[in-house]
Amino acid sequence: MNLTNLGAAVSRAAQYLILVLIAVYTIQCFTVFAQRSRTDREHIFLRQNVSMFAIHFLAYLVMFLNTMRFDLILFYAAQVLYLMFTLLLFRNLYPRASRSLINNMCMLLTIGFIMITRLSYDLSVKQFEIAAAGTALSLLVPLIIRKLDVLTKMTWGYVFVGIGLLALVLVAANVTNGAKLAIYIGGFSFQASEFVKIVFVFAVAGLLSTEHSFRRVLIATILAAAHVLLLVISTDLGSALIFFVTYLVMLFVATRNPFLTMIGILAFCAAAVASYFLFSHVRVRVQIWRDPFADYAGSGYQICQSLFAIAAGGWLGTGLCSGSPGAIPYVEQDFMFSAILEELGGIFGICLILICMAVFIMFVNISMKLSNRFYRLAALGIGTTYATQVFLTIGGGTKLIPMTGVTLPLVSYGGSSVLSTLLMFAIVQGLYMLRGDEVRKEQQKRSMMQEQQMYENERSSMQEQRMRDTVRYEDRRREP
Amino acid sequence: MRRGRESDVREPEIRRVDLTERPDETQTGRRRNTELSIVTWIFVLLFVLLIGRVVYILVFQADGLKSNINNTKADTNSENVIRGDIITSGGTLLATTLVDESGNQTRSYPFDNLFAHVIGYASNGKSGLEATENYDLLTSHSSLLQQIQAGERGDKIQGDRVVVSLDPKLQQAAYYALGSYRGAVVVMEPDSGRILAMVSKPDFNPNTIGSEWESLSSDTNTSPLLNRAAQGLYPPGSTFKMVTALAYLREHPSDYQQFQWNCQGMLSEGDVTITCYNNEVHGQESLASAFANSCNTAFAKIGLDMDNRTLRSTAEDFLFNRALPAGLPSSQSVFKLNKDSSSGEQMTTAIGQGDTLVTPLHMALITSAIANGGVMMKPTYVDRIETSDGTVVKENSPEICAKVMSPEEAAVLTEYMTGTVTGGTAAALSGSGYTVAGKTGSAEYDAGGSTGTHSWFCGFAETGEPHIALAVIAEDGGTGSSTAVPIAKQILDTFFYG
Repeated sequence: MNLTNLGAAVSRAAQYLILVLIAVYTIQCFTVFAQRSRTDREHIFLRQNVSMFAIHFLAYLVMFLNTMRFDLILFYAAQVLYLMFTLLLFRNLYPRASRSLINNMCMLLTIGFIMITRLSYDLSVKQFEIAAAGTALSLLVPLIIRKLDVLTKMTWGYVFVGIGLLALVLVAANVTNGAKLAIYIGGFSFQASEFVKIVFVFAVAGLLSTEHSFRRVLIATILAAAHVLLLVISTDLGSALIFFVTYLVMLFVATRNPFLTMIGILAFCAAAVASYFLFSHVRVRVQIWRDPFADYAGSGYQICQSLFAIAAGGWLGTGLCSGSPGAIPYVEQDFMFSAILEELGGIFGICLILICMAVFIMFVNISMKLSNRFYRLAALGIGTTYATQVFLTIGGGTKLIPMTGVTLPLVSYGGSSVLSTLLMFAIVQGLYMLRGDEVRKEQQKRSMMQEQQMYENERSSMQEQRMRDTVRYEDRRREP
Repeated sequence: MRRGRESDVREPEIRRVDLTERPDETQTGRRRNTELSIVTWIFVLLFVLLIGRVVYILVFQADGLKSNINNTKADTNSENVIRGDIITSGGTLLATTLVDESGNQTRSYPFDNLFAHVIGYASNGKSGLEATENYDLLTSHSSLLQQIQAGERGDKIQGDRVVVSLDPKLQQAAYYALGSYRGAVVVMEPDSGRILAMVSKPDFNPNTIGSEWESLSSDTNTSPLLNRAAQGLYPPGSTFKMVTALAYLREHPSDYQQFQWNCQGMLSEGDVTITCYNNEVHGQESLASAFANSCNTAFAKIGLDMDNRTLRSTAEDFLFNRALPAGLPSSQSVFKLNKDSSSGEQMTTAIGQGDTLVTPLHMALITSAIANGGVMMKPTYVDRIETSDGTVVKENSPEICAKVMSPEEAAVLTEYMTGTVTGGTAAALSGSGYTVAGKTGSAEYDAGGSTGTHSWFCGFAETGEPHIALAVIAEDGGTGSSTAVPIAKQILDTFFYG
């Protein structure tokens, strides 16, 4: 057997091994919830890390064999270091952080690194740099959340920053792809809506956590509508939808009023129909969703290529570097999922969806455990933006729903997107640890009280004893 | 709102984490989490929906997407795979790839023009089955051993073979019978939908397409690259009376046999006058004899008296205004009559003139449906895909496309169409040794000032047990009887006598 044949055989074997590993990893995402003992859970988390590093290694091996680029080896090593640092630092700085979230965050980043490197080495280096910087930044976030109670009291600050930034984008933005998305600051394109997402969640949490009188709900709704409207005018429909759904879900949970939520959903339907008739770009999106092949060479091209990619990959994928996901325009941003399906396969894609689902469940789970209403709503809001975004991008790429052009968090290329998602994960981690603090304080209090009780009991029994002693003494004295 | 207030009051108590309040807190906590659970379940459902969508694409849509005419993904395979052969089920080679000593590949078509449109070409873009079967031709299911052996020799691996349903003898007969007429012939098996022959003229030689591309593609006058059989839209003329007759049967299920008409050779309503061909006067007619004589005034009268919606729904049952099932790219037939149409439009539409347009492939499908007891089969061109050494990879089985009429209705139409052959406009086909049921058509057209008559024939044989159905159109061929019927006879003779 000659060398190319050996390379092909190794690539094929690695391709199948990756599928097995990701399947095992995904199953463990869910079985870990069932484990009662802490050490058992710890074992599973460690095994997940092993799977992740194995997938990472195999993928880079295949890419190296196919391209014979030696800078890949260096890049691979840098990524391994980064992943190890992230895992270790979180573990040591925040021993009570959610391991499940950290693992999934690293797994999603790894999948992103692999696929972006496959598509474009240069973009991947950029992505890696931003992810590393973002991770360093996000390590501080839990600390800030624990120390700064004032975060829960800056509601109007959030509102002004959010609306201000979106308005600024609308006024000053450079037009990219028909949607006004980014402001350029010193060579960096800054996608405001990605960060406003977080600020928005905090604003709504602030508005709805303290009271929900009719007046308050009305104010919150008007402010949320202002955000959404600004995004719609900027033709950033994907973000507008994410903000809308997030607000609706937070409103529902805060007020526990299904009637209000129904009105919200109806308003959404009305707005959707209205925007279909008002904006031609919405009509185009719907038309290419209904029949992308009608305008194959024009507006339908992207989604057609996406579907071709999914079909070409099948269940097992073509193998890394053996497909042509580059045929989809803007693949690194909007159609990452289709690229993954083409080369890594449908099974991998389904696992990826399940990992995203595990992340979302963990977010809501954390929200459920918190008792501070502000933090509860914030965790839920972040979880909702995440899940909505995943649904929009995967649903759009598979033609389940019209395309909205949003990224797959942590996996797609995009500095702002990666940075804001890392911050979101860190915030939820911070909240998770806050919950830990609460529990600990509670326990401390309880044990203190118990001690006090014991002390008091002891004291009273001692007093009794003394009294009895005294009585006895006096009795004795009375004896002649 | 009220519940909200309640928890507002409790809020400070919870925050204090007071031990005495503990049981109450967990209770509130549990109640507060019902909303969160609802939200979780909704989103989990959405995630499951995404997974379902991926599974659906991979199970049901992947094959169609892979062979989609726009999909060029497989072209990258050509670096490793030699484009496979196209052969008939009888083993006749229709397209192959020749590799010379230095490894250069040329696509070769042994029959030159004969299969030009249906097989198509694979350079200068792709067309025909070369386009629709592109994925399979550029995929190899050869054994791993063979692949490794080829790899070691540094050779490319031979792609899979596409076995088509076309019958070279019938294709040849249809090709030569159509002669120098522009037009198209479609021959198929009514009970399976297998296409046996598909001819379109004018044609081209796929072997020399590269050098002639400029002149072929710029010829918008005769459009030699257009597959008229599947994409040419023609007025159906009197062949449409099959549809009108069925609509009449549906409006008069019990008394259609009482239909009586006295043909005076002419019928006027409003400012439109319908005449019978050559101003013939057919006199007293039943529905059967009006059909056999292809009497225009009788059918115009039927159209006038009929509810337009009946004719429209019958036409749409036959897939007018709808896309034909996948296969080669085909045009959608057009039927415009609606409830607001004028009496003139009613009359012209009923006799297959007016705004109605149809492809020859579609006419062959309609005829096949009548032959097959009302069941329209999906037209197929490919019997199976096999590896270069003959191991079957994928086998196509017949699929029902639509049930367009009841077996009883199909039997009545068959009887009328038999009448056309035994004593009507297609009498030339009687006494051939096999029985034919059919319908002729003389479709008058007026395209930008130039007028003429296309010659149509649709039919099947034998009437008792149909094995073959066909649609023939010769552009500017005059009446159906004069041109299309003799063409059909040559094809049928070949089919029955070789």
